[in-house]
Amino acid sequence: MDFGLTNDQKMLQDQVRKFADAELAPVAAEIDKSGEFPWANLKKMAQLGLLGVVVPEKYGGSGFDFVSLAIAIEEISRACATTGVIVAVNNSLTTFPILQFSSEEQKSKYLPLLCSGKKIGAFGLTEPDAGSDVVSLESTARLEGDHYVLNGTKRFSTNAGEAGIFIVFAYTNKEMKHKGISAFVVERDTPGFSLGNHEDLMGIRATANCELIFEDAKIPKENLIGKEGDGFKICMSTLDVSRIDIGAQAVGIAQSALDESVKYSKERKAFGQPICNFEMIQSMLAEMATQIQAARLLVYYAGYCKDTGMTRFSRESAMSKYYASDIAVDVTRKAVQIHGGYGYSKDYIVERLYRDAKILELYEGTSEIQKIVIARELIR
Amino acid sequence: MDLIVCIKRVPQTAEAEVKIDGSGKDIVKDRLTFDMNEADSYALEEAILLKEKSGGNITAVSLGSAEAEDTLRIALAKGADSAIRIKLEDFGELDGFKTAALIREAIKDIKFDAILTGCMSTDDSYYQVGPTLAEMLGIPHATLVSKIEVADQKAHVHRELEGGLIEHLEMSLPAVFAVQTGINEPRYASLIAIRRAAGKEIKVIGKEEISSEAKLNSTLEELFIPPVGERAEILTGTPDEVSKRTAEIIKEKGLI
Repeated sequence: MDFGLTNDQKMLQDQVRKFADAELAPVAAEIDKSGEFPWANLKKMAQLGLLGVVVPEKYGGSGFDFVSLAIAIEEISRACATTGVIVAVNNSLTTFPILQFSSEEQKSKYLPLLCSGKKIGAFGLTEPDAGSDVVSLESTARLEGDHYVLNGTKRFSTNAGEAGIFIVFAYTNKEMKHKGISAFVVERDTPGFSLGNHEDLMGIRATANCELIFEDAKIPKENLIGKEGDGFKICMSTLDVSRIDIGAQAVGIAQSALDESVKYSKERKAFGQPICNFEMIQSMLAEMATQIQAARLLVYYAGYCKDTGMTRFSRESAMSKYYASDIAVDVTRKAVQIHGGYGYSKDYIVERLYRDAKILELYEGTSEIQKIVIARELIR
Repeated sequence: MDLIVCIKRVPQTAEAEVKIDGSGKDIVKDRLTFDMNEADSYALEEAILLKEKSGGNITAVSLGSAEAEDTLRIALAKGADSAIRIKLEDFGELDGFKTAALIREAIKDIKFDAILTGCMSTDDSYYQVGPTLAEMLGIPHATLVSKIEVADQKAHVHRELEGGLIEHLEMSLPAVFAVQTGINEPRYASLIAIRRAAGKEIKVIGKEEISSEAKLNSTLEELFIPPVGERAEILTGTPDEVSKRTAEIIKEKGLI
């Protein structure tokens, strides 16, 4: 058994950490305040190869494994959770389904655009009346000659307001239930496709989270990913991978909260001494550090399961996402508590971290859905 | 232009609480993080920029323990072509003079036009290795280098002096440049470069390869945290009291 990172993973961690500290952390508060999509961050990350971490070099990617992708997302999210999820969506929700399920033509066409940051990716699954319950989707795609006619509305799509390439799910055969769902690559300038309301979110505020509206949108036939009816399988396989990255994002946010809390508790004095001398503060710090370490190991292990070719790692992926999200919310809450009134002020980083953490329990499958996935694997 | 860059892996002590270890000659390092010495990262970047302009090869050299290979690999990922680790564990106690002597031996078969070092290391701060190495090799050197331009086998070098002065030197090559921080903006290694560097071999040389007896010419007697000076006045009290007293002192001393 070896808990150590490989040489390339260590180097990636070192360089991404330094990059995130120097380039992302100083602008994170401003991005949160303005809500402006951080294109400048993405351009820099594209140059380093962070937008296509697991994509092979021949498609413009960096050719790393999924543990490395998790390490990168963790380090980016430690500095800026908004940037972390933007990169996670580009890497795992957009490039992954294309890489895994698309034709060679689609891979050659879309992956270099996504890896270079010329286009950013977004994922269109959730609808106004269908979130966790994927089978209740109402979007439809009807084949007419050389194109599909897509109708429907998607909500809560991260990156959507600034994205150029979208992975969209719709029924091609409603009677077949989940076996009638298909997945498509949709370009931003597709006729009949427009953006709806911009979501005004509590945290991760600069993620251009937006509604997608399809009104007789004409999608070229070749943009179907895989075959008709493959959509549900593509969706679930993609979420198995992407949940690891949300786990990594959670670990990054939580680590930042712990780092800030340790620093603050050593500086802040009460009753004549630094508050880190008080056992109730120490208790919180100890719990936070242990929670983060456990979450990190679950996340890396889920990535390891994917990297070593385990065909079914839904349980490991769901565990990593569920646990890491859960502890990130708790750790950021404790961080605010340790900071006292200052933790409730926007002058301190933990205020932002607390808001950023909550979404982790909601997107890419709520914590309740993760528990269902885990439990079903236990009793199947 | 073939270049050698000297790189040291050093503990990061700027924001850490530094404690002296039991020997009284070193600090407790087990909880410290280590990284490429800051000035060396600028020296490396300057070498990469020179190579990008005029081609050639960069050899990164580090006198360090096995962990220094992680630092050398980062140098390879950023743009060095080959790397050598001199086994610290083979050579015992070091000073600037002995370090320079060991580096001279390690590079004796390598053709080079210039050697770049950081102007100082943040752990020992001797400022010695660059100039001493140049003297041993019988070639010119410049310290506190803030600009390097090479044309027709001559280097035009800026040195950063006190008082905001810049000294402009023309130097023949080969030469040693001890580089000042801020001379450039060190890059981050791209992921592809990291992956390619991860598998590269690092040449490791020790006492079998370096036979000459490099000797210390200074010996570390003691490392200590200075006692609070008698003239220092430690201000205590509430922030209001401390700031009031600070203002009084500044006025008393006629500083404003």
